[in-house]
Amino acid sequence: MSSVDFLLQGLIKAFELVFSLNPYILSITAVSIKVSGTATIISTLTAIPLAFAISFTNIRGKQALITLVNTGMGLPPVFVGLVVFLMIVPVGPLGFLNIFYTQEAMILAQYILITPIITGISLAAIKSVPQSIIETVYTLGGSEKDAVIATLKEARFGIITAALAGLGRALAEVGAILIVGGNIARTGSIGGIGEGLSETRTLTTAITSETSKWEISTSIALGIILISLVLSVNILASYFQRRD
Amino acid sequence: MEELFRIENLSKSYENKEILKNIHLKIYRGEIFAFMGPSGVGKTTLLRILNFLETNTSGRLIFNGNEYTIRQKNSILRRMSMLFQRPAVFNTSVFNNVAYGLVIRGVDKKTIEKKVIDALNLVGLAGYEKQKALTLSGGEAQRMAFARAIIYQPDVLLLDEPTANLDPANVAKIEDIIKRIRSELSTTIIMASHNIYQVRRIADRVGILLNGELIEVNTKEQIFTRPNNARSYAFINGEFIY
Repeated sequence: MSSVDFLLQGLIKAFELVFSLNPYILSITAVSIKVSGTATIISTLTAIPLAFAISFTNIRGKQALITLVNTGMGLPPVFVGLVVFLMIVPVGPLGFLNIFYTQEAMILAQYILITPIITGISLAAIKSVPQSIIETVYTLGGSEKDAVIATLKEARFGIITAALAGLGRALAEVGAILIVGGNIARTGSIGGIGEGLSETRTLTTAITSETSKWEISTSIALGIILISLVLSVNILASYFQRRD
Repeated sequence: MEELFRIENLSKSYENKEILKNIHLKIYRGEIFAFMGPSGVGKTTLLRILNFLETNTSGRLIFNGNEYTIRQKNSILRRMSMLFQRPAVFNTSVFNNVAYGLVIRGVDKKTIEKKVIDALNLVGLAGYEKQKALTLSGGEAQRMAFARAIIYQPDVLLLDEPTANLDPANVAKIEDIIKRIRSELSTTIIMASHNIYQVRRIADRVGILLNGELIEVNTKEQIFTRPNNARSYAFINGEFIY
């Protein structure tokens, strides 16, 4: 079999898997969306107030905080995975939480990874709001709270873009969640494909394990879904960037 | 005449540079007072201090008989409004822009709708309610900013070079709006302008500001016919003075 035939067969099988709504593939997709979506929501809820606090107050160490955020934007995922792993193992300081090899642990790791990204991009969006907008709020009798709300409205597209960038990063992330989630699927084969239903297996971690087992068509199917999801998120982000 | 602002020995410095020097002035309720002078002499800074956007380095600023601290500025700002040379436009509809001052004051929806329509009529923008404010031309945006500034009937309207970037047709419209605001709403108007002809057309009293000093304050007639100061005379006659 030539390499072209090999790839072609893999692609055909992959499309069959995607369009036949295979339960194994579906469960992996659902775990990916659930983990990354939850991490993005929690991160956004943390990052936006943090970005506003940094922008609107003159707290001591403000510059250090900005540097920390910028550094956090480039955190190596495997390092974050290792740190979270050491914290949540049964003998670790957060071992009492009993979240080792669970989706919660994966959410925690992704939260640490994407919060600086969402904060950093939100900070840039807030900074891009002209000072004259804030001064106009004051000259019209608005309070500082009104100025924050007006800035939030003006920077809304940038902030949405920040959240989508975080989601895209979370969906594509593999190193940290592989370490803290364990890439677990319930045993038992469904339809002869994969290993049953996903517990902590996501699209990215499943691709690594399926590829290592030479289940190329399954890997390609997972890859098609992953790329489609990330592409959709990026198209949305581009749309909001254009509106900004 | 009822005194609205009293400025006593007011100075403002940035780092070591003195922008305003020992300003003494009274501004009366209901008048149109114009600070006139070339660019960069401190007119905008003085307006910003009157609007509590900046603090004076020394001296006193008394508004309506009281000296306020920066912490109390919010209650005063609710009675003032300021227009900038280039109006800041919220990225939303004309209606939402104009309604803003009433929304933050918790005014009910029906009253807001009526007042927005009235304000847009006053500035000649009736029918623009649903248009995106960012699509307005420079003149329309400035007129919308006027509607936004007067909708809650402030005691004081501060105008910083309100027609600096506009064509003659829009300048005429804005000047007409300023006169109507004063006559219909009895608003005290304080403006900064380097446009001698405009000041002559609309101001009641004029203060000439040169190099951070208020060199002469007088009625428009006096300033333009018999100025007391040689530098005032030179500025009005178009001589280059700094």
